[in-house]
Amino acid sequence: MQKIIALISGGLFGIGLYISQMTNTRKVQGWLDIFGDWDPTLTFVMGGAVVPMFFAWKIINKRKKTFTGCEVPPQRNRKNNLPLIIGSVLFGIGWGLAGLCPGPAIASLSFGGSYGVIFLIAMISGMFFISKVLKI
Amino acid sequence: MPIDWINGLIGGTIIGTAAAMYLLMSGKIMGASGILGGVIDGTHKKPGNENLTFLIGLIVFPAFFNFLGLLSSLGTAETYLSKNFILVIIAGLLVGAGTRLAGGCTSGHGVCGISRLSVRGILATFIYILFGVLTVFIFKHYTGLN
Repeated sequence: MQKIIALISGGLFGIGLYISQMTNTRKVQGWLDIFGDWDPTLTFVMGGAVVPMFFAWKIINKRKKTFTGCEVPPQRNRKNNLPLIIGSVLFGIGWGLAGLCPGPAIASLSFGGSYGVIFLIAMISGMFFISKVLKI
Repeated sequence: MPIDWINGLIGGTIIGTAAAMYLLMSGKIMGASGILGGVIDGTHKKPGNENLTFLIGLIVFPAFFNFLGLLSSLGTAETYLSKNFILVIIAGLLVGAGTRLAGGCTSGHGVCGISRLSVRGILATFIYILFGVLTVFIFKHYTGLN
């Protein structure tokens, strides 16, 4: 059951990214280009995505278990915001340079060509470096 | 309204529905960097963890959509990713290290964090958008690097 949910959630996520063209780096960089020829598409994508999730949080916060009996995500209260800030700065620079974030980078694997694969390998190396070499 | 905006809204709603389903059914936060990161650091081997299955769906479903586009008049997708080898490597490293350090990306901190009204999610999203805007501004308007 959990396998099917994960497969469909991942699949819908991928289709959503595909339809909204978030796998197109020009659309993403066009949205970040607010001082140039701004492309508002990503605003609609973000808006469309936040609404169902807003209600999902309202529902799950009232429940002790999920609809299939899993644990609900715990409320984490992390005090240290420094890794969050430094990480977001680095991510923002990389996002601006290539126009790809992790979701679309994975979703475009089948049609992203050899440079898409190179990006993915570099991205995985960056993740590996943080969690296995620096052990943060 | 341009067709791209409508497709954005439709695609975005599908992304939000996927995230809502993952939360309401599995109790998990749909963040691409966290899900991939879990596979990389081995935490996905815990019983009941379906990170790998999620990633298979995330790769296979768009591939199928793209195949349908190939067969029909809709056409296939193109990422238009830079062909500058060094730039692609540096960007990939920054995105991987940055999202892992920050504990989330556009899906985790953006979609799931903002909708939860999480201060950390909103702060992260503000920062990576700010630096994304600055990077595009500097590279597009000053260096012309593509």
